[in-house]
Amino acid sequence: MPSIRLVNVTKRYGKITAIKNLNLTINDGEYVCVLGPTGSGKTTLLKLIAGIVKPDAGEIYIDDKLVNDVPSHERNVAYVPQHYALFPHLKVIDNVAFGPLSKGLDEKEAYKISMQILEMMRLAWRADSFPNELSGGMQQRLALARGLASGAKILLLDEPLGALDARLRVELRYRLREISRENGLTTIHVTHDQEEAMIVADRIIVLRDGEIRQEGPPLHVYNRPKSIFVAHFVGGANFFEGFIAESDEYGSWVQLRNGLILRVNDTRPAGERVVVMVREERTEIIKGVRRREETNLLPGRIEGISFLGDFITYSVMLDNGDMVNSKMPTTTGMGKFNVGERVYIRLRPENLLVYTYPPQGLYKELEVI
Amino acid sequence: MLRYVRKLDEVSSLDSIKYLVYASSIIFFVALIFLPPITGILIYAEQISVVLYEHDLLARANRAIMQSFIMASIVAILDLIAALPLAWFIVRSKTRIVHFIDTLVDIPFLMPTAALGYSSLLFWNPLISPGFTLVLLLHFAFSYPVIVRVMVGELLNYKEVYEVAARTLGAQPLTAVRTITLPLLKPGIIASFLLAFARSLSETGATVMVAGSWENGPVFLFNVMDMVGLPDYMKNGILVYVSSMLIIASTAIFFLITLLAPKFKLPIRHVIPNIERKLSSTKTVRIRDSSTLIVFFLTVIAPSIFIVWPMVYVILDRTLVEAFSGMDPWGSFWRSMLISYAISSLSTLINIIFGLPAAIIIARHKLGGISPIFKAIVNIPIIVPSIALGTSLRLFWEKVLLHEFWILLFSHTTITYTYFVASMAAAIESIPIEIEDVASTLGAKPFSIFRRITLPLTKYSFFSGAVLVFTRALGETGAAKAVAKSKEFWTLPVLLVSWIRDESRTYSQKALGIGLYIISSFMILLALRLITRRKK
Repeated sequence: MPSIRLVNVTKRYGKITAIKNLNLTINDGEYVCVLGPTGSGKTTLLKLIAGIVKPDAGEIYIDDKLVNDVPSHERNVAYVPQHYALFPHLKVIDNVAFGPLSKGLDEKEAYKISMQILEMMRLAWRADSFPNELSGGMQQRLALARGLASGAKILLLDEPLGALDARLRVELRYRLREISRENGLTTIHVTHDQEEAMIVADRIIVLRDGEIRQEGPPLHVYNRPKSIFVAHFVGGANFFEGFIAESDEYGSWVQLRNGLILRVNDTRPAGERVVVMVREERTEIIKGVRRREETNLLPGRIEGISFLGDFITYSVMLDNGDMVNSKMPTTTGMGKFNVGERVYIRLRPENLLVYTYPPQGLYKELEVI
Repeated sequence: MLRYVRKLDEVSSLDSIKYLVYASSIIFFVALIFLPPITGILIYAEQISVVLYEHDLLARANRAIMQSFIMASIVAILDLIAALPLAWFIVRSKTRIVHFIDTLVDIPFLMPTAALGYSSLLFWNPLISPGFTLVLLLHFAFSYPVIVRVMVGELLNYKEVYEVAARTLGAQPLTAVRTITLPLLKPGIIASFLLAFARSLSETGATVMVAGSWENGPVFLFNVMDMVGLPDYMKNGILVYVSSMLIIASTAIFFLITLLAPKFKLPIRHVIPNIERKLSSTKTVRIRDSSTLIVFFLTVIAPSIFIVWPMVYVILDRTLVEAFSGMDPWGSFWRSMLISYAISSLSTLINIIFGLPAAIIIARHKLGGISPIFKAIVNIPIIVPSIALGTSLRLFWEKVLLHEFWILLFSHTTITYTYFVASMAAAIESIPIEIEDVASTLGAKPFSIFRRITLPLTKYSFFSGAVLVFTRALGETGAAKAVAKSKEFWTLPVLLVSWIRDESRTYSQKALGIGLYIISSFMILLALRLITRRKK
């Protein structure tokens, strides 16, 4: 039963610490997406598990067996790097048979297994081609086939869809999930595309600067991000800087710039400097104030409209100078507002999350490079 | 067989075996390549003092050393000016003769330099008599293909999209080349310049044939070795002095150029549209191509293949029959040929065995921070004049009382070491390390990865590196001359140079000797090419 456990793992490259004291458990059969910006340590994490690099500190267990000193060829994991690293001088079938042959299977058996896997991947008809004769999608399937044929039960995918065009990415991410499930694999899928992670993962791990910032089911991470960075990285969000003006047992009043006030369902001490976050699709726009006593209505003007296909985003310049985005389905939002029109932004307290103002500043915290 | 391969696969994953292989490769480098020449010079360093009072000899030596660098600089600059347009023509021209020209370029490269020297001598004589000009023409001819080959490779790898982008932005063809292409190709230009420079600096055999009374470092060393009446201690003193000067100066100049040349900026800001438009015109381009081809045929190809002419006479008189009967002097000729091939084959084999781990060490940075230093040191044998290196090697190996054959073998191994290591290191470096990583995660052990992934992907460089070592060892005159004290251990180039300088040898004997040398070299090269092709 392939499970993976990392205990206090640290990996340094010279002065740079790529992974910092990381603890992580991945269960048998789980499909985990590791999400993070460039340089967050995603690929290093995969390489540590694959045995391509050794940790400077900490322990790595596969199936509860300590594998720190086990070389990569004995770990029984299939590592698929970003550009697949297909062996250019070997035909498709020989690429797939490489693993079984390396593990000592006799030639007949190795090629039989490889052919079966190629059939499963719908690539058998290209068995005699060379990798550079295949399309991007086929190359990706070949890389997977090669990993599966080696008998590995752990699949490590480094940006597996990164080299493909947009349409193929969408198609193949579902296929990846299916293949993993059908073959009972434990999969770690590294990506910087939050949408891809949301769709395929059982669990998401958000990595930054070599540390896990949050982990959990996609919906939970999306709805309840633990930090401003995670909130920003896993989906579109609006942020308001302010401070707690007053608190009671049900929540607090947040004073924004230029006299605007927000009600939030979070009790915090008065005077604390905070950042309020709301998802773009939960940022409503209304044309007039229906009830004068209604709270959390921020006046502003439509500044721009972005059409994204299924969705449409309105950018609103609030009267206090903040810019907010509101995302809505095209079917309901198209043509609803015009540029320059006076509107109100309505924010429901249950949709607002409050974070302590980051010591390094909001802008620095939101940086993803 | 398969059982042994599997066994090797098995043991290759042991750390102790891995370290043993790398350590033995480094020990080989230090003990056989790096330390012997330095130690050889240091042992005899005090004998230099004897020479310091021989003012005439010393002045002659210093002049010769200076001439070496002047000649190498002029040759490298002229070659760059003349060969760059030909490389351009080969890559960019759409005419049919390109393939023909491309093949012709290799002729002076594949011919042993001693044969090339004799061919040039016959071609230019009596129009130009032996001396500075003839040496210049000879060096120009044999360094020319080096620049063409390097620059053709660079131009093929160069992404033309940059130049196209410049053209769409309104640049004249010449402006685009001058401001975009050439600056991007600068590393290649520097590399080819250095190779031409080093080749001119190092060549001995052919230079001796055409030098007449003119002397550069290697010719001076050659002449001193043959000098009658000079006591041994004095001979050693002057040899050590000139060798060490040549080694130190060439190494220093090489590293200086490597460091400073990339900082040299081409003038790219200033554009003169009208003049550059005129220079980009079809007419100008035609004139450029024609003059490039004329220079190529007249100064490179014609002198190289002129040797074919006297061969006709050889067939007509009895020399050919004499040669195969083994009569004097042909007995020693065949013996030298045997020694040459034995030495070349053995040094190729040794360099492959010990050079492969060294190439991996360089390409995969197995020594961490020291790897770039190791890479730089490995280049030294091709930078320094081989006769100087040979002299220092002989002085060292004689001290350890090694038999002459082994000294000959080791010095040829040292001189050719870089060719295989550099060629393989570059090839391994070009394979993404991910490919090896993936093979490892798929269960392949280190030796198995090398056997099934790295080696097949670098096969071409493996064979071309080996062929380069072999031909270089076969053509080496300077080091062979420095090492072989008795005629018994003369290699073919040394023997042929002595024939050319020997008045008692007939014209036909000289021509046939050189001719047989060329034919046998070509046959071996052809056989190696065929083997390489079959293995593909």
